[in-house]
Parts: sequence; C-alpha cells; structure tokens
Amino acid sequence: MTLFASNPWLAVAVPVFVALVVAVAGKRLVGMTQWFAVLAPVTAGMVGIAGWNSTAGPQSTSWLSQAGTSIETGIAVDGLSAIMLIVVGVVATMVVVFSVGYMAHDESRARYFALLAIFTAAMCLLVMSTSLVTLFIGWELVGACSYLLIGFWYRKASAASAAMKAFLTTRVGDVGMLLGLALLWKATGSLDIAVITGAAPGLAAGTATLAALLLFMGAAGKSAQFPLHIWLPDAMEGPTPVSALIHAATMVAAGVFLIARMWPVFDASEAARTVVLWIGTFTAIFAATVACVQTDIKKVLAYSTISQLGFMFAALGAGAWGAAMFHLVTHAAFKSLLFLGSGSVIHGAKTQDIREMGGLARFMPVTAATWIVGAVALAGIPPLSGFFSKDAVLASVLHASPLAASVLFAASLLTAFYAFRVTSLVFFGKGRGTTVAHESPLSMTAPLVVLAVLAATLGFMGDPIMTALGLEPEILSFAVAGVSVMVAVLGLCSACALYVNGLGQASRLSERFSALHRLLLGGWGVDALVQRVFIAPVIRFAGALYVWLDRLIIDRAVEGVGTGSQFIGRFMANLQSGETDVYASLAAVGFIVLMGIVLWIGR
Amino acid sequence: MTALVLCSLVFGVGLYVVLTRREIIAILAGVELMLGSANILLVALASFAGADGGVIGSVALAVLVVAAAEAAVGLALVVSLARRSKRSRVEELLEVKG
Repeated sequence: MTLFASNPWLAVAVPVFVALVVAVAGKRLVGMTQWFAVLAPVTAGMVGIAGWNSTAGPQSTSWLSQAGTSIETGIAVDGLSAIMLIVVGVVATMVVVFSVGYMAHDESRARYFALLAIFTAAMCLLVMSTSLVTLFIGWELVGACSYLLIGFWYRKASAASAAMKAFLTTRVGDVGMLLGLALLWKATGSLDIAVITGAAPGLAAGTATLAALLLFMGAAGKSAQFPLHIWLPDAMEGPTPVSALIHAATMVAAGVFLIARMWPVFDASEAARTVVLWIGTFTAIFAATVACVQTDIKKVLAYSTISQLGFMFAALGAGAWGAAMFHLVTHAAFKSLLFLGSGSVIHGAKTQDIREMGGLARFMPVTAATWIVGAVALAGIPPLSGFFSKDAVLASVLHASPLAASVLFAASLLTAFYAFRVTSLVFFGKGRGTTVAHESPLSMTAPLVVLAVLAATLGFMGDPIMTALGLEPEILSFAVAGVSVMVAVLGLCSACALYVNGLGQASRLSERFSALHRLLLGGWGVDALVQRVFIAPVIRFAGALYVWLDRLIIDRAVEGVGTGSQFIGRFMANLQSGETDVYASLAAVGFIVLMGIVLWIGR
Repeated sequence: MTALVLCSLVFGVGLYVVLTRREIIAILAGVELMLGSANILLVALASFAGADGGVIGSVALAVLVVAAAEAAVGLALVVSLARRSKRSRVEELLEVKG
C-alpha cells in the first residue's frame, strides 16, 4: 500500500506497460494477456485507495524550460482524484473481466485490451495532474481512445462514422477548453491548478466568467451536454463494455471532474454557474424525454447517461460540486452495471431492439436480477445508491433555483419511467424474439454481481466522499426525498402499467401522438438541425473549395510546373546538338555577357 | 599594365583558336593558351598587390604542373579517339547531345 501511496505515477506507468505487452504479445498469448490486462485498472484502483487519506505532496517536474519560464507538470493524489481513480479502477476492472467473456469470439482482442489499458493510463493522468497541461494531454488521450474504441469494428461504416462524429463533436468543446487554458495562462501567468485556483477569487469578473464558460465548453463536449450531446448516442456503435467504461462511467464524467477541479474559477462567476445550471437542467429533461421512446436498448442507456450527466451539471451550477461528485460515483456504478447488463442481454438474445426481446428473466436470471438492481438505483428508489445522490443533487438545486429543481423532478419521473419501460419490455412478458436466449458465462455475470452490490450500497458512502473532498456531509432532506420517491414510484408504476401487456398500448399511444413520437425518436431534431445548420454548409463550402481552390488553383499550379518543365526541357534539348564548337561559342558568349554584367555593376 | 595587355592578347588568341579551328588538337592548344593567360594574370595582379614573390611563384608553378597534366590527359584522349575511329575534327563528334 505504501508503494502505491508514495508512487502514484504507477497508475499511469503500469497501464502503459500493460498496453505495450498486450499489444506486442498480440494473438500469440491471447488467453493469458486478457487476464494480464486486469493489472492495469487494478493498479489504478490501488493508487486511488492508497491515496484516499494520503498526505503525500505532489511529484512535479519542469517541462520545456527555457528563458526563465517552464511548464510545471506533476501528479498528486488528493481526495477528488482518489475518488476518480477508484471509480476508474473498479469499473475498468469489471469491464475487463466482463470483456473476457464478451469479446471471446473477436479476432482483434489484443488491440481491444491494449486500448482499454491505454485508456486507463490516460484517465489516471487526467485525474492526477496538478497542471492543466498534463490534464489536457490526458483529456485528449481519453478522447483518442474513445475514438479508437467507438470505431473498434472499423469495417462497419456506421461505426467508423460514429467514431468520427464523436471525435469532431468533442473537438468543438476542446477548442473552447484550449482557449480557456490560454486565457487562464494570460490572467494568472501559470497553468498550475493550485496557482490558478488560488488566484481565481482575485480575477476580474469578466475574465472569470469567460474562462469558466470556456472550460465548461470543454466539459460539455466531453460530458455530452446539450447541444454537444449528439455524439454519445452514436458512440454506442462501439463494443458494449466500452460504452460501460468510457461512455457511461469515466470519460464522460471527466467534464464533471474538470469543473469540480477548477471549482474556484466557477465560484468566482455567478453568470457562468447560472449557465451551467440551466444547460444541465435542460439536458436532463431533454435527454430523459428522448430516452422514453428509443427502441435500441443501448440508445436508451445513452440518453439516460446524458440525462444523468445533466443532473450532475445542474448540481455543479447550483454550487454543490460535492453532490455532483457523489452522483458521479453512484452513477458510475449503476450505469456501468446497466450497460454491462445490456451487453449480457445482447450477447444472449443476439439483438439490440427491445421490441424483439421479452421474458428474458426466465433464461437469464442473474442478468435480470442485477439489471433490476441497476434500474431501481437509476430510478432513485431508497435505499439504493441513486436515491441518495439524486436527493443530494435535487436538494442543492432546490436551494439555488426552485424552477430548475421542479424541472429535474419531472426528469426523475421520466427516468423511472424509461428505466422500467426497458425492464418490463426486456425481462418480462412474452418473448417476442426469434432466438432462444441463454445466460452469459461466469466471467460476464460475476462483474454484474459485484457492480450490483456497489450500486445497491454506495449510497451510504455519501459522508466519506464528502469528507474526502473536504466538504460538509450532506444531510438527507426529507421533503425532497419524499417528493423524489413519490415521483420515482409514479414513473415506475406508469411504465409497468403501460408495458405489462407488451407493446400494444404503447404503440396505440404513439400512433395517436405520432408527431410528438417522431420528434422524440429523432432526439428533438437536434441531429437534423446540426446536419442542416453546420454540416451541410461545411460540406458545401468544402466542395466549393475543392472546385475553386484545389482543382482551379492548386492543381493547375502543380500541373503547370510539370508541363512548364517539360516545355523548357524540350526547348533546351534542341540546344544540345552535339556540335562541340557551338557549345564553345555559347560558353564564350556567356562568359562575355557575365563579364559585362560584372563590369557594369562594379562601375 | 603591359602584363594585363599581354594577358588579354593571349586569352583572346586562345579563345579565337578554340572558336574557329576545327582540329581537336588545335582547340586543345587554344585552351592551353587561355589557361596560360590566366596564369599570367595571377602573377601580374599578385605583383601589383605586393605579394611575396616566392609564394606566388610556387602557386603559378602548381598551375603550370596541373596544366601540363591536363594537356597530357587531353592529348591522350585525342590520340586514342583518332586511333579508334580515325576522327580528329570536332564536326565529326556529334554523340554528345541531349
């Protein structure tokens, strides 16, 4: 333990080493290497546990030092990064174990496990950095891993384009974040997080607001907040365990982490916090409505993730970054459980469409039981974890803005509704599928059980988490808790009532409100809007550039150089007649001309 | 001044020979004249500038030696060309072209 406490860099170095070994060993050692890959997240988790109460100072080093300035980089484990490390470590361990079963038939397992290890290293670098520079490097590396893993089955065109969409959309946010870093560098003269957070209260109001909003832009891109959320539903093209790890539990939560890390900057700007609060609130309700009608089990979970991240951002905007981190931890547990559960369902039922499932509880008892634990936690029913953290979020938002809180209550109602819509359609009722489902192997069910235990019990970890973050423990607010439980039960019961007899009632309902249904199914048309407002003009602009600049100017110039050389060459070849006396005369004439020039200039 | 006039004359004669004569050996001789004129110019300018006579003398001597070697190689080429193909006039040598 002291080894991990005094050497936090192991959390980055070991996964990198593991990734190299797995990548080099490749197909030869595949039976062993996939278990070897577990070493990477386990190390990360150990560093987190060792650093929970550690007092070890940061390990830092100067980078790119010249002319008196240098970039101070370093890593340190404090309460906030210890929490993130443990979340990453535990979820990634479960995902790697689960993947051994899930990816058993895949050709490129070595690439898969190496990428998971690289992702772990990048995520550890991101959460442990004491400098915004290395934080940003980790931030981009997790983005790159996300790109590579969404496009893991790159021969499938939809996966390749989803990967590109994810990369480009988060890039929009990252440009803002980079500008924010530049602004903070200009305002404080340093990119060290401690220096910036120390100087934040003294920043001019305009600077603080602009810096906070630019940082929030990066966070919104990474954490899929409206309107930069469009990449996350498409990101489900990747393998399901990847969705559980990267697109539910860890990477998409990095935006929440960033704002918690840079909290003093946000604390200095009331305006920026209001923007964060309302973007988060709107995202929460918006994504929840879309999740209610999706038919792809992973799309439901993707929109649910966007919605839950909206809850976290609402808490951040309300000033309760501790509550946001608490919800991040519990959400990581139950959402990765739900994703892995959906992976098990997909593995067993060979389809992702919930209309083709049904009655799976009989064939997949472990998956069904753990799924229900996750769904109840997501819906926020006590005493499971989601209830406590959602209560903390709602109480803090109610304190800041009752209007936003009432919107979030509506979002919780929808959350319970869609969670149990999927549960009853997938696990209960009559089977509508064509294939006979089977329970998944032990390496897939064991992580489900572990995560289910965590999802059920993490709610009681609220006080230790707040203490580790250096905050006052939240006191459960009974008024809020009562309303939220009522809302959750209402959503749960209405979903069960609507879907108890299969899809009949629901499809009649969707036919009656077909316009609304189509709007929700298309995610409120944000994708179509982005397509029309941004992508189509860019493609038209690029097409015009191709015709005018590429074909007309650049191609002409290059071809002109070629044909010009050929022409000159043919002309010059005629001079080379082979008559030596002509050569000699030309040399003499050239000499005389040169002498004339020299004399003329030297006059 | 006399040296410069002499140098220009020798160079001009050499150039004239190179440009007008058709026999390869004569052209070679013209080239040698031009080289000699350059050597005269070297010594003349060095003595104007007041350089050490011994140093300039040895440089000029080195140029002469190189010129002799070059002339030997050139003559050897001409002789072997004549032996091979019985050609000794430039208008007969048309292979050197682009």
